[in-house]
Amino acid sequence: MYSEKVMDHFMKPRNVGEIPDADGVGTVGNPVCGDLMTMYIKVKDNKLMDVKFKTFGCGAAIATSSMTTELAKGKTIDEAMKITRAEVAENLGGLPPIKMHCSNLAADALHEAIKDYQKKKEKK
Amino acid sequence: MDNGAGMPLDPKVFEAMKPYFFEDYGNPSSSHSSGNRVKEALAESREKVAQLLSAEKAQEIIFTSGGTESNNLALKGAVYRNLKKGNQIITTSIEHISLINICKFLQKHGYDITYIPVNKQGVVDLEKLEDAITEKTILISVMYANGEIGTIQPIKEIGKLTLENDIIFHVDAVAAAGKVPINVKEENIDLLSISSNDMYGPKGVGALYIKKGTKIQPIIQGGGQENGLRSGTENIPGIVGMGKAAELAKVDMLSEGRRLTRLRDKLIKGVLETIEHSFLNGHTNQRLPNNANLRFSYIEGESLILGLDMYGIQISSGSACTSKTLEPSHVLLAIGLAHEEAHGSLVFTMGKQNLEDDVDYVTEMLPDVVKRLRALSPLTPKELLR
Repeated sequence: MYSEKVMDHFMKPRNVGEIPDADGVGTVGNPVCGDLMTMYIKVKDNKLMDVKFKTFGCGAAIATSSMTTELAKGKTIDEAMKITRAEVAENLGGLPPIKMHCSNLAADALHEAIKDYQKKKEKK
Repeated sequence: MDNGAGMPLDPKVFEAMKPYFFEDYGNPSSSHSSGNRVKEALAESREKVAQLLSAEKAQEIIFTSGGTESNNLALKGAVYRNLKKGNQIITTSIEHISLINICKFLQKHGYDITYIPVNKQGVVDLEKLEDAITEKTILISVMYANGEIGTIQPIKEIGKLTLENDIIFHVDAVAAAGKVPINVKEENIDLLSISSNDMYGPKGVGALYIKKGTKIQPIIQGGGQENGLRSGTENIPGIVGMGKAAELAKVDMLSEGRRLTRLRDKLIKGVLETIEHSFLNGHTNQRLPNNANLRFSYIEGESLILGLDMYGIQISSGSACTSKTLEPSHVLLAIGLAHEEAHGSLVFTMGKQNLEDDVDYVTEMLPDVVKRLRALSPLTPKELLR
């Protein structure tokens, strides 16, 4: 059902955890639907120095979270905002069609974390 | 440990079927000798299935293409035939999807369907069932046992109720047949659906028990086979396979049931003792011998399945049929679980091929998989991760 890439990221997820002093935090999904993910970002000189995640969900939800953190790390804020769900799926060698929508929310969580960072920055 | 949605064919069943592909391929309606041998095989198989269900007469068994067709014939056949009496059907909130969808179809065509709730263990509420009966009730349909949470229903009590109220009683016994003793006479069952491939028989064949005197209308019209109730040339190899499977099940049921019950309870105990925040779904002892449905807080079922698959352990989450929709199982919601709890449930269904070593292996590996996924989950309380 899943590609080797998905299984690899599911079995050995990258960048798992929380960042206690994160500059931005974004959560999407809902445990009721079976998927919930939170992204934490650390920003320096307009770049994502660190990205971490925590996910409740199926194999696809965990793998897309892991892949998103890999894609986002080291990118500028603008570049990271351009990461799409399709790009995440593509980098994982594709996802089953039924999983494209509900379990592929990690890019959204990343964008939410960036917006959170921007909001906090404006307030300063 | 995923025998709920498909079981391997017993080699003895395959041996019994073999001659009916190449040697005795005749049509039981033909009058030559091959046709006669096939006719005899058909009668013998009918007798074996009747014996498994403790039916009075072999003629009370009608062969179909499987559990789904048996349910269709039972429900549609009974209500179409009894239109004059009324239009109400009473069933439960935890029936198999095949039965629910037949009810939905009938509802669209003017029938009134009443769904009776179940308690937390998945046992149907008998008082509510009795209260739901009206003058218009034609049929009550309750499953013998639920394949997902394993709970066995108080069929005998419901049978008394339908007998007293002169209502046709249908039982979907697909998940129960061959695993627990069924006695259609003592339990006052009028119609009972079973499927061959849920008891180590071939796919594509099932049966409907129709008590003598219960009037139903055929839903497939044609050449009048199966006493006019199920037209179409009989699937002889399949029927012979089902007969053999029924014969073997009758012989093995008690000893195999005891063996599986012991393994099941060992698995449940092992898991509940070693994994914090794990729970059993369904009834503790009023359940199928081969079924354990376990729930783990803070994590999701599909990722658990994938994690276990890495260790060579195959199981399923919720009903295999509902995995197409990604919706949590209606059965788990009906026993009062929250969506996220339903998402974190696993079904272990054991079979002949499972040994004690398998149970030991699962109880050894499962804690690690659960721990790993909980470490990933934002829902896991911090104190559980230490």
